[in-house]
Amino acid sequence: MSDLTLTPNIAGADDFYAELLAAHEGLDKSASDALNARLVLVLANHIGDRAVLSKALKAAAFKE
Amino acid sequence: MNKIFEVPLYAYERSPDQDASSPARHKVIVIGAGPIGLAAAIDLAQQGIEVVVLDDNDKVSFGSRAVCYAKRPLEILDRLGCGQPMVDKGVEWNLGKVFFDDRQVYDFNLLPEDGHQRPAFINLQQYYFEEYLVNRVRELQEAGAPIEIRGRNKVEAIGTHADHVKLEVETPEGSYTVEADWLIACDGAGSPVRSMLGLDFVGRVFEDNFLIADVIMDAGFPTERWFWFDPPFNRGQSALLHKQPDNVWRIDLQLGWDIDKEREKRPENVIPRLKAMLGEDVQFELEWVSIYTFQCRRMEKFRHGRVLFAGDAAHQVSPFGARGANSGLQDTDNLIWKLKLVMEGKAPESLLDSYDMERIHGADENILNSSRSTDFITPKSEMSRVLRDAVLDLSEQYEFARPLVNSGRLSVPCTYDGSPLNSADALLDGPARTRPGSPCLDAPLGDGFLLPKLGDKFILLTIDADAPDLIEEEGIEVTRLALSVKDDPTMELKRRYLGDNDSAVYLIRPDQHVAARRATFDETQFRHAIRRATGKE
Ligand SMILES: Cc1cc2nc3c(=O)[nH]c(=O)nc-3n(C[C@H](O)[C@H](O)[C@H](O)COP(=O)(O)OP(=O)(O)OC[C@H]3O[C@@H](n4cnc5c(N)ncnc54)[C@H](O)[C@@H]3O)c2cc1C
Repeated sequence: MSDLTLTPNIAGADDFYAELLAAHEGLDKSASDALNARLVLVLANHIGDRAVLSKALKAAAFKE
Repeated sequence: MNKIFEVPLYAYERSPDQDASSPARHKVIVIGAGPIGLAAAIDLAQQGIEVVVLDDNDKVSFGSRAVCYAKRPLEILDRLGCGQPMVDKGVEWNLGKVFFDDRQVYDFNLLPEDGHQRPAFINLQQYYFEEYLVNRVRELQEAGAPIEIRGRNKVEAIGTHADHVKLEVETPEGSYTVEADWLIACDGAGSPVRSMLGLDFVGRVFEDNFLIADVIMDAGFPTERWFWFDPPFNRGQSALLHKQPDNVWRIDLQLGWDIDKEREKRPENVIPRLKAMLGEDVQFELEWVSIYTFQCRRMEKFRHGRVLFAGDAAHQVSPFGARGANSGLQDTDNLIWKLKLVMEGKAPESLLDSYDMERIHGADENILNSSRSTDFITPKSEMSRVLRDAVLDLSEQYEFARPLVNSGRLSVPCTYDGSPLNSADALLDGPARTRPGSPCLDAPLGDGFLLPKLGDKFILLTIDADAPDLIEEEGIEVTRLALSVKDDPTMELKRRYLGDNDSAVYLIRPDQHVAARRATFDETQFRHAIRRATGKE
């Protein structure tokens, strides 16, 4: 079973973070919420592995 | 309004039981002549068991009810002798479209698998379904089968005893008492029998109202299932359009929670809503308009001594996914052969507890699926709506999001995994879809099909394997059905039942579920399997 990566894994962390903020630039709260929701779904589908997704949900909720 | 609603199908007639000096005793009484009660009674009568059906009404069901029937229930109805009229009259459909806001986001084709006698789905008004069942009862009566329907016989009280049940029945000519060895309660979601016995019915009510209308119109809409999320004509809510025979269309419009039901039902309020949906110029006539709230709940146990609950009386689901009548038919399919063996002393009474176990498994699966569809269609928190809308928006652009769209998962039969009646799977790498506990998959056999050959008895299906033509194990007769992969040039029989094996032997229950399988016949193992499948091991 694959593990959830919780150690640094993004090369160019600052760049990525800036890109994330930029994607929300100029959006109101509901448009931003919608973008976040779509992003979660796109990423979740890319990961695909159900066990990893469950671990990610727990990790994000600080339940692990 | 359709005439069929007004004609008494089983008008009240005085029964000799009403003049008996001491209560008459029947083998089985079924309460409720809805689809499930009628199916139970037909199954019993076909197997030669005497049965009386009591119903407080004398007509087909009232209002907009079931529309979609899935393949497995049609196969069960074939066994009961009423599959053909259903399919002949019903409307077949494969294409669905999903709309979000003012646009179509995608369409899908159910792409039914080849090599099945019955289609994946048909649409048919519930009143036709009930009429065909009553016709079948009449046909059985003419052939001398011990079956009777008593209209306007309302069960008022029930007394349960160790070996029988006693009923007080109210008729237009006063009340009478009658007894039965066994009682099957198919008296619907509001089950008076359940209340009379003080039994629970717990679950979830969805705080939403739906306007359900059946309209008659000559419109150019195709034979497809159209589902709208948040359309301009019903903002913030959902809508459904689905075709039935005779140019009748089913329309569901979600209305929300805080509404005045009586007001919403009035034609002057309904018609503008429908015009907004269908177009101003479409001419239509209302057949039925009802307002429903939906629930998902079930009884904790379906068997209470000599009283067995089936259909909506035992479990209720929201209609997204068409699981009500469809699953009720699977209840009686599971129950009747077991009851017959118990009544004939060929199986222990405890076999009936497997009805409870297997059909609760089925009900839980249906409740889970219906609840999830309802949660997607009617999001109950801000974030669940945001996520739902995100799925819909993505589904327009990207294929990956389409499986997440849930406007109802259509009914499929459940596999009784873990049932005590199953023997461990002994067919190495056998196809998973026909593992023990599964309903048998149909397969083409030249100019016929597999399922009609299974019937309603225990069968030993051999595919390119030797076995005796008949095995008898403690009163249970098992007849061999000998086939070869050569019987099916399309090779579906091999794909569905053998996989990579050269041969297989299946023990098949009277409800056409697999009880055991192995590559070759082994007498000791199959005798064990027969004993297990009848609650003796
Ligand atoms: C809007 C809507 C859409 C639906 N769509 C679908 C669908 O597409 N597919 C599907 O499979 N299901 C669907 N269903 C569900 C389906 O209609 C029910 O599951 C089905 O009718 C249940 O049948 P039943 O025989 O268990 O109960 P019922 O049909 O409710 O019959 C119960 C019978 O018991 C009788 N009775 C009650 N009390 C007494 C008494 N005291 N004495 C004597 N008789 C009594 C009643 O008169 C009635 O005839 C839908 C339901 C609704 C409301």
